[in-house]
Amino acid sequence: MTTVVNQSAPGGAARQAAGLPRLLPAAPEDLHAHLARYGPAPYRNQPGALIADVEASGLTGRGGAAFPVHRKLAAVARAGLRQGRTVVVANGAESEPASRKDELLLQLAPNLVLDGLQLTAEAVGAAEAHLYLHYAPGPQILRALAERAARGLDRLAVSITQAPPRFLAGQEAAVVNRLGGGPALPTFQPPRVSERGLGGAPTLVQNVETLAHLALIARYGPRWFRAAGTAAEPGSMLTTIYRPDAKAHVREVAIGTPLRTLLGDGAEVSRAQGAQGAQAWLVGGYHGTWLPMPDAAGITLDNASLRRFGAAAGAGVLAALPSDRCGLTEVARVTSYLAAESAGQCGPCLNGLPRIAAALAELAGSGHRRRTVADLKRWSGLVEGRGACNHPDGTVRFVRSALVVFEPEIRRHAGGRCAATNRRPFLPLPDGLPTSEEDWT
Amino acid sequence: MTERLRVNPIQCVGHGVCAELLPELVTLDEWGYPIVDPGPVPPALDRDARRAVAACPALALKLTRSEEPARSG
Amino acid sequence: MNTAFWYASRATGIVALLLLTAVLVLGILVNRQGRLPGLPRFAVTDLHRNLSLLSVTFIAIHVFTAVLDTYVHIPLISAVIPFASGYERLWLALGAVSLDIMLAMIVTSLLRGRLNRILWRAVHLLAYASWPVAFAHSIGSSKDLQQGWMLGLAVGCAVIVAAAVIWRLAHAARQVPRAGRVAAVFSQHTVTR
Repeated sequence: MTTVVNQSAPGGAARQAAGLPRLLPAAPEDLHAHLARYGPAPYRNQPGALIADVEASGLTGRGGAAFPVHRKLAAVARAGLRQGRTVVVANGAESEPASRKDELLLQLAPNLVLDGLQLTAEAVGAAEAHLYLHYAPGPQILRALAERAARGLDRLAVSITQAPPRFLAGQEAAVVNRLGGGPALPTFQPPRVSERGLGGAPTLVQNVETLAHLALIARYGPRWFRAAGTAAEPGSMLTTIYRPDAKAHVREVAIGTPLRTLLGDGAEVSRAQGAQGAQAWLVGGYHGTWLPMPDAAGITLDNASLRRFGAAAGAGVLAALPSDRCGLTEVARVTSYLAAESAGQCGPCLNGLPRIAAALAELAGSGHRRRTVADLKRWSGLVEGRGACNHPDGTVRFVRSALVVFEPEIRRHAGGRCAATNRRPFLPLPDGLPTSEEDWT
Repeated sequence: MTERLRVNPIQCVGHGVCAELLPELVTLDEWGYPIVDPGPVPPALDRDARRAVAACPALALKLTRSEEPARSG
Repeated sequence: MNTAFWYASRATGIVALLLLTAVLVLGILVNRQGRLPGLPRFAVTDLHRNLSLLSVTFIAIHVFTAVLDTYVHIPLISAVIPFASGYERLWLALGAVSLDIMLAMIVTSLLRGRLNRILWRAVHLLAYASWPVAFAHSIGSSKDLQQGWMLGLAVGCAVIVAAAVIWRLAHAARQVPRAGRVAAVFSQHTVTR
């Protein structure tokens, strides 16, 4: 059960008209409250009918890849016409340890997610629906499913499958592998799961937040969706925010919001802490990018702006690393975790990531060998693009940006010094690393 | 129609036969795993590429065909 | 003329046994990514493949010459159907079983790209059954191999195969399962200060 605070909901006003928040109510809404606020899910009674609205809305996936949702829907629908069968999966695995948004969404507004799942199933002609979670389903989800079943609201029964708590368990091919009875390990694509997925059928795997947005687009239309966000990247997104002067919290924001609104600028933080503010920002979670401060202070939360720093919003994890911490120690801790979470299936990732993590641990220590940084750069180049999934790629993005942003700290450590005064870990990591095959099932 | 070499990194266990038979397009990294040229296979190397694909003990090397004409440069 | 067939059959049979021994050892060598000194890696894979085709060629001559020899009646079909021959029924049956497995292995290997990977592997693993059965056929049906230096040769082949199989099994027992591989690399590379 999360203790993450929801900072989205104002007191009760007509959220739809006001714009934000759109997804998260102040308290968990049962089916009765959900129907009172939104009405029933607007089935079109025609497969494919929703896809045009989704295209016009410009909705992109909220699971991290930001892929245009209408393209995925259309691909699965098309493949389904050829094959005769499709499957839809609501991906609530949220394997990024620092992300808490999907968990909160499923607690507060499970019916929005389930509406989205049913509407999507209709759009692609699916006969099978799954909900994939990495923790046991909470009481809100179970109650929502029971209430909907009692009212006969759902056209498809939804099977819940629990994923292991692995970083890769939410990866598309790993989801399908796990649902098919195997371990939650990525498989080699092609063929893509949208062509050949669960049981050989074209499978749509969509993040639960994406489905919630879709459920609202189906009701209020693409123009409503575009009323927030930017022209190129419309809508709102859920973010999970870590800053030194507040508890970790989930916040729904319009795309294009300045990051300093969410993470604070140095002045706010230092007033709260008496410290020097944030030394760096991390955008996009543990496969994301470190941004130098104060250079990045003007950036807005949209990929067009983030791209200039080689970053992307990902699944919305944003962190402001306080100046009193050691950036290298944080990076080394996270990279060790990422390496330990490698599937170990592909030679380059299996060999490269632990070596990269060990080298970063060396940099985070006092005085390192001269070759360490050169080794790090070489290994990063060797693992990139050479795995069956993009775990090595994301890890390399995280590491490379860290080497740039924390370069002064690397030099200090080489001389046996460290600027940090606070040894407490800042970025969250789960306990328990995988040791046996069962840990992946 | 272009052909490209692809390695299935899950099946690949680093035998290294591909790099011996097709050194123009495949080199081995420091751990013995193949680094494959992602570009189209030149027609002159087509036979060698097929031989390398057939020779892989793990059947990890594949030749994929796509309909686009090979772009020059 | 007849005795020529008979001698040819005996001789090709013995050569086939030697070749099959080499093929099995080379197969294990391929799996273990072993090398033949001075030769490139593809030599191991190519030799394994080419010698297996050569073995079957020798077995084909071995079978045809035995059939053509009129001293005893051996129907051609008994080369692949066990117990179809009146002469030395058991030993020839073993030969047929072994040859059947070899033919399945060769056909599946020629069609390898198109076949289900698990099916290919299952058939190929039958090699470990095919060799001992071929060996029993050889010893049981050939007086040559039951005495003298030829017996020594046959026993030598058996010892080599046993050693190679033990090597293979030892590796399988030592192999780190997938879930432990990353930890193994970590333990080799963690810097302790």
